[in-house]
Amino acid sequence: MDLNYSSEELAFRDEVRSWLEENLPVELSKKVADYEHLSKDDLLRWHKILAKKGWVAPAWPKEWGGTGWNVVQRYLFEEELGYAGSPPLIPFGLSMCAPVLLRFGSDAQKQRFLPRIYQGEDFWCQGYSEPGSGSDLASLKTKAVRNGDHYVVNGQKIWTTLAHYADWIFCLVRTDQSGEKRQEGISFLLMDMKTPGITVRPLILMDGAHEVNEVFFDDVKVPVENLVHDEGKGWTVAKYLLGHERMNTGRIGESKRQLAKLKEFSAAKMGDFRFRDRLTRLEVELQALEITNLRFLDRMRRTGQPPGADVSMLKIRGTEIQQGLTELMMQAADPAAHDEFSSAIRKKYLSTRKTTIYAGSNEIQRNIIAKMTLGL
Amino acid sequence: MNFDYNEEQQLLADSVRRFLQSKYQFEDRKRIIAGDGWSPQVWATFAEMGLTGLPLPAEHGGFGGGTVDLMGVMEAFGEALVVEPYLPTLMAARLVARGGSDAQKQAILPAVAEGRLKLAVALDDTGRAVLGLPVADKVVVTKAGSLLLVDAKKVALRSFRTLDNMLAGDLALAGAPAEPLGGGREALEEAVDFAAALVCAEAVGAMKFACDTTLEYLKTRKQFGVPIGTFQALQHRIVEMYISYEQAKSMACLACSKIDSSEDPLDRARSVSMAKIKIADSARHVSQEAVQLHGGMGMSEELKVSHAFRRLTVLAAQFGDADYHLARFASL
Repeated sequence: MDLNYSSEELAFRDEVRSWLEENLPVELSKKVADYEHLSKDDLLRWHKILAKKGWVAPAWPKEWGGTGWNVVQRYLFEEELGYAGSPPLIPFGLSMCAPVLLRFGSDAQKQRFLPRIYQGEDFWCQGYSEPGSGSDLASLKTKAVRNGDHYVVNGQKIWTTLAHYADWIFCLVRTDQSGEKRQEGISFLLMDMKTPGITVRPLILMDGAHEVNEVFFDDVKVPVENLVHDEGKGWTVAKYLLGHERMNTGRIGESKRQLAKLKEFSAAKMGDFRFRDRLTRLEVELQALEITNLRFLDRMRRTGQPPGADVSMLKIRGTEIQQGLTELMMQAADPAAHDEFSSAIRKKYLSTRKTTIYAGSNEIQRNIIAKMTLGL
Repeated sequence: MNFDYNEEQQLLADSVRRFLQSKYQFEDRKRIIAGDGWSPQVWATFAEMGLTGLPLPAEHGGFGGGTVDLMGVMEAFGEALVVEPYLPTLMAARLVARGGSDAQKQAILPAVAEGRLKLAVALDDTGRAVLGLPVADKVVVTKAGSLLLVDAKKVALRSFRTLDNMLAGDLALAGAPAEPLGGGREALEEAVDFAAALVCAEAVGAMKFACDTTLEYLKTRKQFGVPIGTFQALQHRIVEMYISYEQAKSMACLACSKIDSSEDPLDRARSVSMAKIKIADSARHVSQEAVQLHGGMGMSEELKVSHAFRRLTVLAAQFGDADYHLARFASL
């Protein structure tokens, strides 16, 4: 056991850091630092800079553009991205749809979609939740009825993040209406957002931002070749994907940057021991989570196995830390100040409440650990 | 960077665990506590297994091991709630190995490695509640910032058991013959950080036991005709216990690893303080929940879980509780 980076690892980190210094546009990092809204163009601009460098999808197999980095290098890279204040890489294509296609997709699907995801030519979103199906996702009702060489899709998705930017959506739909084995009646379908019958309606959250949407499907014709894996195997795909999703929701690099920033602008409050100790406890929790995360990655590297269900703890603690940081930021910001920065911080606090709800609420994550890891 | 024990460390931890599982069961431990509070046979086995010499320099009969080498041993000790005076002996031996004269090292370290000598450390000038003192041969004491080595039998005042049944005692120098030991305040701070890191590892082991035994109880205890582990209110609580344990383990890794590798005392102290804050909070959380989820049985003297509660309560505060380390962290 050695928690220090080797000289090779440090050299790699320096290479990433100096590349970022030269290639991350200041307009973008400034927007990130000031908690400003990032437009679709902002997100894609950064995506394409990384794609050009060959660093946009490190975890992919090398033949599709992956970097071949080991887990420590990948971790260092993400941490440096977080530190530098780079815009987020939107996960729906790069780290959700792509792993699914790599695992379950046909050759034709891989050829068709992966290069476009890599280059940022297609913007993806995820169609999972429905008005009546949140935590109980397998109760979803959006139905796809096979009619010759296509499916006809009817129904509604909700909380669809960035659907208003998206060119494509991957959806869980019900292909078997018999309702006997509800999980086996679900399929994984890819849809072009330009298909007639798809309507996107914004949902404005309490921070005033438009990030999520309702998506309506009204007799939407989807070619059968857009089915991923077999009909009725959508739940298998979804479970595989949830494991991947949870590995990324800890957002430790990003939280480290927020912590550093919080320390900077709360320096005056550090004489208040109550505040100082709350901040230290958060820093400790984050430090612990960073090592826990690395221990998970290390275990994956050694065993060659995908993450177990206990990876849910990264989502639970990671999101709690994100919320804890925004609470302290609110507290540290001058309550009388009504400038852009303080207002952005307040909005950040409001917006961050979603993190313990999305991607499987933290209560669902605890159910998963209880059932899958502890055998309860 | 890597996050696992090497083969040698794993083998050692496994063999310690096997020994404790056969010869240091809860009933054996009860007998030891009811007797002298330590077991010469167990101590002799520790020496045979190389545990007493593990972190000592090779030229003085030891194996030159580091803190990470000890981590798996301490975890196993934590699981079995070992009461032998191992930690005070290692801590004092470290002070001798680092600050002692050649003659002192030669007189003390090989005897420690062979299991013939047990040691203790008085952490401050008050000489109160010195762990392991009643059975120690030599004790390192502090006096106005310098270290002295004295014969434990000549300074011991009274003996008692701590809340978790460890041997401890008060001492007074009162003109007893003392040899100066090199090192001073900085050496003592380093040794305390070393011991605190080992306490972190030991607490991680005790937490592992508390989590596992509680999980077992949730699966077997029935109420309303079903195992109580089917209730979501309890499921979420035990999940939180396991998360606390994993987070604590991560910080124990950090603390032990930094003791071995950090050349900057500030960096070392910061890491140990961060670890101790996490271990203290986790130990409190896990031990309290373990008792609560056992219901009335958790309060019972008969069950090992109540002894794990006592041990974790003490470990949370040993070498500084969370408040102490929050303040120290802020001052560094």
